[in-house]
Amino acid sequence: MTGVREPFVHPYIPNAVPAIKQAMLAEVGAADIEEFYADVPESIRLHRPLDLPAPMRSEAALARHVGGLLRRNVSTRDTLSFLGAGVYQHHVPAVVDEVVNRSEFLTAYAGEPYEDHGRFQALWEYQSLMGELLEMDVVTVPVYDGYQAAGTGLRMAGRITGARRLLITTAIDPGKLSKIQDYVAPVHDVIVLPVSPDTGLADLDAVRTELAAGDVAAVYAEAPSALGIIDPALPSLSRLAHEAGALYVVGCNPMSLGVVAPPAAYGADIACGDVQPLGLHMSFGGLNAGFIATRDEERFVAEFPSRLFGVVPTEVEGEYGFGDVAYERTSFALREEGKEWVGTAAALNGITAGVYLAVMGPQGMREIGETIMANTRYAMERLAALPGIEVPYAAAAHFADFAVRFTGAASTQEINDALLERGIFGGAALSETDALYCVTEVHSKDDIDHLAATLKELVK
Amino acid sequence: MRTAPVSVSPADARIAAKPPLRRFHQASWDEPLLFELSSPGERGVLVPGPQVPLDDSLPAGLRRQDPPGLPELSQLHVLRHYLRLSQENLGVDLNIDVGQGTCTMKYSPKINDQFVRDPGVAELHPLQDERTVQGVLEIIYRLERMLAEISGMDRVSLQPGAGSAAIYTNVAMIRAYFAACGELEQRDEVITTIFSHPSNAACAKTAGFKVITLYPDADGYPDLEALKAAVGPRTAALLITNPEDTGIFNPRIEEFVRVVHEAGGLACYDQANANGILGITRARDAGFDLCHFNLHKTFSTPHACGGPAAGACGVSEALAPYLPRPTVEFDGGSYWLNDDRPASVGKIRPFYGVIPNLVRAYAWIMSLGAEGLREVAEIAVLNNNYLMKKVLEIRGVSAPYAEGRRRIEQVRYSWAELAEDTGVHSEDIGVRAADFGTHYWTSHHPFVVPEPMTLEPTESYSRADLDEYAAILAEVAREAYEDAEVVRTAPHNSTVHRVRPDTLDSPETWAVTWRAYRRKILGE
Repeated sequence: MTGVREPFVHPYIPNAVPAIKQAMLAEVGAADIEEFYADVPESIRLHRPLDLPAPMRSEAALARHVGGLLRRNVSTRDTLSFLGAGVYQHHVPAVVDEVVNRSEFLTAYAGEPYEDHGRFQALWEYQSLMGELLEMDVVTVPVYDGYQAAGTGLRMAGRITGARRLLITTAIDPGKLSKIQDYVAPVHDVIVLPVSPDTGLADLDAVRTELAAGDVAAVYAEAPSALGIIDPALPSLSRLAHEAGALYVVGCNPMSLGVVAPPAAYGADIACGDVQPLGLHMSFGGLNAGFIATRDEERFVAEFPSRLFGVVPTEVEGEYGFGDVAYERTSFALREEGKEWVGTAAALNGITAGVYLAVMGPQGMREIGETIMANTRYAMERLAALPGIEVPYAAAAHFADFAVRFTGAASTQEINDALLERGIFGGAALSETDALYCVTEVHSKDDIDHLAATLKELVK
Repeated sequence: MRTAPVSVSPADARIAAKPPLRRFHQASWDEPLLFELSSPGERGVLVPGPQVPLDDSLPAGLRRQDPPGLPELSQLHVLRHYLRLSQENLGVDLNIDVGQGTCTMKYSPKINDQFVRDPGVAELHPLQDERTVQGVLEIIYRLERMLAEISGMDRVSLQPGAGSAAIYTNVAMIRAYFAACGELEQRDEVITTIFSHPSNAACAKTAGFKVITLYPDADGYPDLEALKAAVGPRTAALLITNPEDTGIFNPRIEEFVRVVHEAGGLACYDQANANGILGITRARDAGFDLCHFNLHKTFSTPHACGGPAAGACGVSEALAPYLPRPTVEFDGGSYWLNDDRPASVGKIRPFYGVIPNLVRAYAWIMSLGAEGLREVAEIAVLNNNYLMKKVLEIRGVSAPYAEGRRRIEQVRYSWAELAEDTGVHSEDIGVRAADFGTHYWTSHHPFVVPEPMTLEPTESYSRADLDEYAAILAEVAREAYEDAEVVRTAPHNSTVHRVRPDTLDSPETWAVTWRAYRRKILGE
């Protein structure tokens, strides 16, 4: 049912109506459309139609086609999932979707503060809400994602200190590390300090040794780390970094901050991360926005590449206006002389996170953090009690993610295959023997018990 | 029952015809900041409490001491606040959005938004077993193949988060390519043009290259002689747009590519302005080694207040080893993710791309097909030349360069004459245009074209829309000549009045957050 009655006018192209097209051509004195392409040389013209699949011209046919493809996916709506590792399943309040699906927000772009006052206010409020969560006075308009936020946060530290080396001190996701390494390559060396294999915690002796060697721009840590660990050494890392003249850059999961201290509270100079947990659907890992936050000092503000919205008076008493803070930093103003680059990134995802924080409030953020930590601990204890399973770093505090080690014959992949057959998405594979499991507030005690009971059958 | 008064006639019921220009006023709720709406104890949503004991493993020093200073609002009050802000915002769906030139503001079909809200997109975790995500992998794979055909390139990556991220990805691949050839030390220069997006220059610099910028020649084309003088053994690449932001197609583009290739460099095509040439000419046919598309421009995904967007990088076979990983592959039976790509530049962003926008772009292309894409290009170009004719009838405006020649997708106009005559500047005209319910954009910096205005009418707008936009500009120009004060003191019909921006550049007065405002400005 791909066909429609010919001839037709495509609903997305109003001036395709033949009479209108002819009238417009006449108006501009052109014999045909070809005339407009007179500057495109014959030698590079495509002298055939593009070789594309036959279109689904009616909306009904399109819906059937795309719907058919989507039904080949099995979603976490229908399957109990214990996947985390950077993308987290949380309940998205309906009111969040209601706001961000508004056409006025979804289809706006880069208007000025007069036509798009609402966008400016909503993004300034996002910055402000994140500022409260992070206890920092400067928060950028969203960058693409947490990877970019870490890369830029580290390059900012490099520009501020003038030093070359970056120390990664807690467990880091290999994908994020790959991005950081590529992004800082022209100006920095990245030194990855392995965490203790016994505890999963930062190796402070190794950190001291590397700092003593000098030329360190930043000590980078994550809270929680890629193993889900809130490292008790996070404050010590701050002291060590600052004693050596380095900055302390901390990546954090904003969802944890109702319960876990924000990086600024234990000495971070730059906090960064991804707001995906705050009201953004997982979307196969495709909906992210990065935040970067600092104290309100000129030496920090001057190094942000991205836009920073500020509140200002207008000509009318009591009216809020908005504009760009220190715009001359940016590549929009100065091209290659600006800081890194700025372009379209992830503004609406920031607005989403703002709406989420607005409905959650301080109490909601504390309660959800407590629930997630309680569920995490409970899941760790349930699985650790099973023969054939260890939870290697159980002594440390965890948030959402935790590592599991299978000590029997079956590999992580084999166990995940068996879990899938039983309707469960098991944890993300870290190695042949280790997997990263994740629980959040969406998991009930029964869900965790069901996982434990299923694994017990598989590993025995 | 109401009784009609005795002396009415049909004439009394007649409603006068609309005036030629819309009597617009934007919503103006005088909405407080979210924080000012806070009422202690109110809740916006309740979350599940723990069914298991609380965890006390967090060391005291890492436990949050004070609750975050987030506002406390009931659900309705959060909703109402944001709905009011949404009304104070002008999306494409509401206005004749031809004024944000270079941004390709086109209609984003609603059916495609429905697809991305389906749990089969929205509720997928990126690390699910490949067997459970065959549908979305097939969409990515098919979209890549379609964009390869549209660009003529061999392989496409859909990982970059937007246009500038795609530019950066291309530069990263160029760097990896020359590193693999052992020529990176030598080839440390990237050449671009002043009418290309600033991110071409900025991404190249960020990736460690020195930047050489070509200016236009007398006809508005990038200066070929300047390119010949600039290339050499240090040239890594040319990053160029065509048509540039002027809307003029550079007919010597093959020669630009040839000059760079002869110097041993790579040619990289910024296809942000591709909308007018879909199915007409392709990057590979002009000899380019790399290119990128902005899916939120040419391929209709919504601009979302400035993202999430999506970028697509296309490369020739020689550059394919350097594409971000993983790539999506098809073995004839199923789709899979290939992370085993040792030469890859690695990850550009988390996981595989901005998936919702890949689904939208796929659906958009599938709704149009080859003929439809060509019609998109042709009507966009017709609309642009039609609008140019209308705009150039207005006193005080011109279209610099290539006089008498047609434009492709957009035009960079100049109000230099009007500014000279009246003292009214392009920015003022833009603010006044907002009073009629439209957007308006000048140009990237620096303003090579004086008093610039950039219009790009895409295929989405009707002839009546274009006539209305031209009439708004004509009215504002008339005001500039006859009553300039009205323009200079605009906006008059906006949500807010003219802002006083002088405090935004001073560390003592800028306020990026509510807490900074309270501390610095209110002295709390």
